[in-house]
Amino acid sequence: MSRHTLSVLVENKPGVLARVSALFSRRGFNIDSLAVGQTEHDDISRMTIVVNVEELPLEQVTKQLNKLVNVLKIVELDPAQCVQRELMLIKVKADAENRSHVLELVQLFRARCVDVAADAVTIEVTGTTDKLGAFVKVLEPFGIKELVQSGMVAIGRGARSITDRSLRALDRTA
Amino acid sequence: MTERMTGAQALVRALEHVGVDTVFGIPGGAILPAYDPLYDSTKVRHVLVRHEQGAGHAAEGYAQATGRVGVCMATSGPGATNLVTPLADAYMDSVPIVAITGQVASKAIGTDAFQEADISGITMPITKHNFLVTDPADIARTIMEAFHIASTGRPGPVLVDISKDALQAETTFSWPPVMQLPGYRPVTRPHSKQIREAAKLIAEARRPVLYVGGGVNKAGAAPELRRLAELTEIPVVTTLMARGTFPDSHPQHLGMPGMHGTVAAVGALQKSDLIIGLGVRFDDRVTGDLETFAPYAKVVHADIDPAEISKNRHADVPIVGDCKEVLGDLIAAIEGSDQRGDYSAWWTLLNGYKETYPLGYDDYDDGSLAPQYVIERLGAIVGPDAFYVAGVGQHQMWASQFVKYEKPGTFINSGGAGTMGFAVPAAMGAKMGRPESTVWAIDGDGCFQMTNQELATCALEGVPVKIAIINNGNLGMVRQWQTLFYDQRYSNTDLQSVRRIPDFVKLAEAYGCVGLRCERPEDVDAIIEKAMEINDVPVVIDFVVHADAMVWPMVAAGTSNDDIKIARDMAPTWENEDE
Repeated sequence: MSRHTLSVLVENKPGVLARVSALFSRRGFNIDSLAVGQTEHDDISRMTIVVNVEELPLEQVTKQLNKLVNVLKIVELDPAQCVQRELMLIKVKADAENRSHVLELVQLFRARCVDVAADAVTIEVTGTTDKLGAFVKVLEPFGIKELVQSGMVAIGRGARSITDRSLRALDRTA
Repeated sequence: MTERMTGAQALVRALEHVGVDTVFGIPGGAILPAYDPLYDSTKVRHVLVRHEQGAGHAAEGYAQATGRVGVCMATSGPGATNLVTPLADAYMDSVPIVAITGQVASKAIGTDAFQEADISGITMPITKHNFLVTDPADIARTIMEAFHIASTGRPGPVLVDISKDALQAETTFSWPPVMQLPGYRPVTRPHSKQIREAAKLIAEARRPVLYVGGGVNKAGAAPELRRLAELTEIPVVTTLMARGTFPDSHPQHLGMPGMHGTVAAVGALQKSDLIIGLGVRFDDRVTGDLETFAPYAKVVHADIDPAEISKNRHADVPIVGDCKEVLGDLIAAIEGSDQRGDYSAWWTLLNGYKETYPLGYDDYDDGSLAPQYVIERLGAIVGPDAFYVAGVGQHQMWASQFVKYEKPGTFINSGGAGTMGFAVPAAMGAKMGRPESTVWAIDGDGCFQMTNQELATCALEGVPVKIAIINNGNLGMVRQWQTLFYDQRYSNTDLQSVRRIPDFVKLAEAYGCVGLRCERPEDVDAIIEKAMEINDVPVVIDFVVHADAMVWPMVAAGTSNDDIKIARDMAPTWENEDE
């Protein structure tokens, strides 16, 4: 098994997320992470889906996804050729005694403190899955009270855009 | 030109514009606004069925007999959910139908309103696509898109759910609307490099087989298939969905492969060194255990749906395209080359299988009827111009084995989904689509009791279908499995029809049909001939047959095709040949 990151351009319509996620479960695939949002074009949403599968089933799920009428384009992003980010918000126990310790770690990981209370701080951190994992590990001894994390978003490096051609297809039908 | 009208009027106008002549359905609260303008339409005939499942299967039968999109209509909630089975059936067998359902008013959606069901959510995994329309301005365009999606690429069912307020509200109508389907681009042109590669493998092969599925008939490519087969002299097997696509009388035809296929067809795939799959999906009922399926074969796989290629069996040469174009290009490539394969040794082996292991069955000494005999005589008397529509089970397999099909599309049945109750409504739909043709349903007594209420529709609407009930008093295929795999413990398969509950002859008469009964072999021909003479009302024949007849050959579920049995504990002897 290996991790694959799919960028899926879809029509920005109601129910499309349900179609995509239902297809994964129906065909027996687990989604590790999913993030969805608008793109630079109002009519197109972009999903970043991380799946943990072999090469052959991945090809099958990509083909099945391509058959969904609302799916415009699917690109598998090569981890070496793209930027991947996740966002995490972590509420950690920290009082006057050890707060500076925590803030030092925040600095080291280039995270940000977004809320401070008498006995806790809330930290915002972005990065790859590995970085976030490492950050959580160093915070654990202080006591993590709450943790929330986004799905991964990813974009290819360089000047090329994967949306250009899909935009042209949309323009033709408009 | 644009006109003002209600959403409901726009719906009916759109249906007229896309060429709909027949709609099968039942009205109800949410769809009621649509039924008012439908009442006035001179182009669209609405057929009032007795159950929405019947509407769906009738639309399937209509679609398969005509090649056009079949249409069914139902109201919200239970009306719509009754369409779930035919939609799933049409999805599995790639049948182009459009289902139009009423939905509760858009403001009530999500409130658990009376007769509310999330039918677009429910049917998401069993439709090619579906729509929920809440704006009357979207109705005409959505109908056009639904028919386009259903009928192009790999055909399939599309559901259009329209809220009641959208049907009632005023809108402007203009035709044709501009479709907005930027993500829908089916590929029909095969890649020339793959065609060349396939032609090369065909020339090099020593044991090739053309494995022909439903996609060939759907593409209208039966003539091209015959040209390719005769040009190359490659043997042909036709799946359950492709019976008739290649004539049964043709010497190159080995019959149906799969669980109840002929020894020659199953053996040909197992011993093959090159399988040319055309419009097929390497279904488990054909391959048996995948690990041991056709172990020596390279695979050329052509299908219009890229997701079918290498789904179950790896394709050495994948060809995405419409089978008509694929076959046309393959023929051109082979004609353009002087290299031809030599398959004479292969034919010697296969002709041996054909001669040694023909399809057959046992007669009974006690004078009772063998079901296979009934079906064999039916096919012989009625002939190859009729449509034969089967339900699901033993009778379906015998209908595939013992009727001799010569013309594409003349065998209509529920293949992938295996939907009992398919035959009566589907035969009705086929007969309405092709009123000049004779349409016979070959049904089981179990299947028949699931949907026989559509006999009322047939009688009232003047649809003189003919129905042969192969009545063995049991859920015969399940009983066969109990005989073979469950120590003859017949748990809940006995329908007790020896007690004549119901009496199928009386039932037919109650529905305004002619009811006949046949219990002896010597009466079979005369009764079929009598049924053939009745053309003003539907005819139902209750063929009371022996309960112990079994479908052979058989590859038990999950086992290897190599372990095919021609009768209980009887396996064919595969000749020793050099691999």
